[in-house]
Amino acid sequence: MDLQAIAFYLLAAVTVISGFLVITARNPVHSVLFLIMAFFTAAGLFVMMGAEFLAMLLVVVYVGAVAVLFLFVVMMLDVDFTQLREGFARYLPIGMVVGGVLSVEMVMVAVTVAANGAAGKNAAPAAPVADLPNAEAIGRVLYTDYIYFFQAAGLVLLVAMIGAIVLTLRHRPGVRRQNISDQVARTPASGMKIVQIKSGEGLSE
Amino acid sequence: MTSTALEFWTTPLGWTLITVGQILLVVIGVLLSLAFLLLADRKIWAGVQMRKGPNVVGPFGLFQSFADFFKFVLKEIVIPSGADKVVFIAAPLISFILAFGAWAVIPFAPGWVVSNINVGVLYLFAISSLGVYGIIMGGWASNSKYPFLGSLRSAAQMVSYEVSLGFIIITVILLTGSMNLQTIVEHQAGGFWNWHAFALPTIIVMFPMMVIFFISALAETNRPPFDLPEAESELVAGYQVEYSSTPYLLFMIGEYSNIVLMCAMISLLFFGGWQAPFPTPFLAAWSPTAVSLFGFLWFAIKIVFWFFMFAMAKAIVPRYRYDQLMRLGWKVFLPTSLVAVMLIAAWRVFGPQA
Repeated sequence: MDLQAIAFYLLAAVTVISGFLVITARNPVHSVLFLIMAFFTAAGLFVMMGAEFLAMLLVVVYVGAVAVLFLFVVMMLDVDFTQLREGFARYLPIGMVVGGVLSVEMVMVAVTVAANGAAGKNAAPAAPVADLPNAEAIGRVLYTDYIYFFQAAGLVLLVAMIGAIVLTLRHRPGVRRQNISDQVARTPASGMKIVQIKSGEGLSE
Repeated sequence: MTSTALEFWTTPLGWTLITVGQILLVVIGVLLSLAFLLLADRKIWAGVQMRKGPNVVGPFGLFQSFADFFKFVLKEIVIPSGADKVVFIAAPLISFILAFGAWAVIPFAPGWVVSNINVGVLYLFAISSLGVYGIIMGGWASNSKYPFLGSLRSAAQMVSYEVSLGFIIITVILLTGSMNLQTIVEHQAGGFWNWHAFALPTIIVMFPMMVIFFISALAETNRPPFDLPEAESELVAGYQVEYSSTPYLLFMIGEYSNIVLMCAMISLLFFGGWQAPFPTPFLAAWSPTAVSLFGFLWFAIKIVFWFFMFAMAKAIVPRYRYDQLMRLGWKVFLPTSLVAVMLIAAWRVFGPQA
């Protein structure tokens, strides 16, 4: 009995099944939950391949942050199931074309990898694979050979972030906000006014 | 032990048995200590308010948690008719399993760890970021207004404070140069002046980082003063409104396990884990088991100290308003921890150890 084989087939089966359930589940929230399960088991497969750093990043970034927001949005939607199913026949051809193109591409990649090995006919990866921990091996390549690509990717993300802020930031006039330093700086002298009122006259501004 | 018996533990079956045994040991140990920490929490809270706290079941009320346990287990499980039944039951299970799964990488003493992986800190961070799913799923599956509002609050809150937690963890990783928890603890050997929280000269940055980590841990575990997801005066009990009996118990144990886990994390990252606060050259003459027990004792003391701090924060700090909570997370902690990462990185590159 090979423990690794058992773990692999278990994780792979759960990944494939939950991937299938993402598109067949009727309730969109269930779809997202299955998607999260697929992410999680994919991270398990990464660990099986020895890429534990990538696996943890997958869990932290996709499962822990992106999918939470995803679930957040899907849960807030008011979904009408009959309306959802109405368009099914109309969009079926487009969906089939996209799915067909994707599966042809994946088969071609799989055939190429089977024939030439991973990374095709390119040179062997530059990472010193020896006894380095995962994160260090990635870091040594990422911050040396691919530093410009890495920085460019960071810039793309920065632009996307600024774009999202610009699109959603609104300065509405007349909104009262809490200013903590103002509150702390308030003294009895500045915050209080003692007024002498004669009885029976009331107060006028 | 004969050689054939030793060989058995290296076969797949033997390895599985030994790992299952270790996992059971950790889970039962954590569960038992949780029972008494829960009581300590209530006693400390009661002490601050000049009450006696639970004092009826057993001597000093020591068995109160066990009595509560049986009360929860023996009650009827009520599932609301409008609820999504599978998700409703799965949510507390996920909370509970994740809260205990994280203990797999915690080194209790030199060599006492279920799984000594190279990305231990990242694993802890990943598992604690998954904890939000139990709450969101529970709130949504209840199919009720208050739980849903509570779970939405919780999702936003936990995602916000994870960001600063992540940056603080990066400062520790930068100082140590490793993500392995054993290495991080060994890096702080030789007395409390070598612990990350107090080591000179990085104390200027790391001590405030420890405080921010503690406050973020309070927010991450939905503890007062950041217990808005279950704010009883506004949302009744937040995401737990519809839960009763065992599922509620699972939520509660998961929550407390996460709190103790956060205490363990602060101890490991900033307080030297199992390291004693003074140099220990005399340990060289001790047997390995005695050394491990000595380390475990210090680790346990540190966890209890941090748990005491959690309980005191619950007892004496009033609840934050939601906009204040968000302001603190995004406008104060995030920039501060980002600056700290830059300072520590600069110290590592240009400092004397470079």
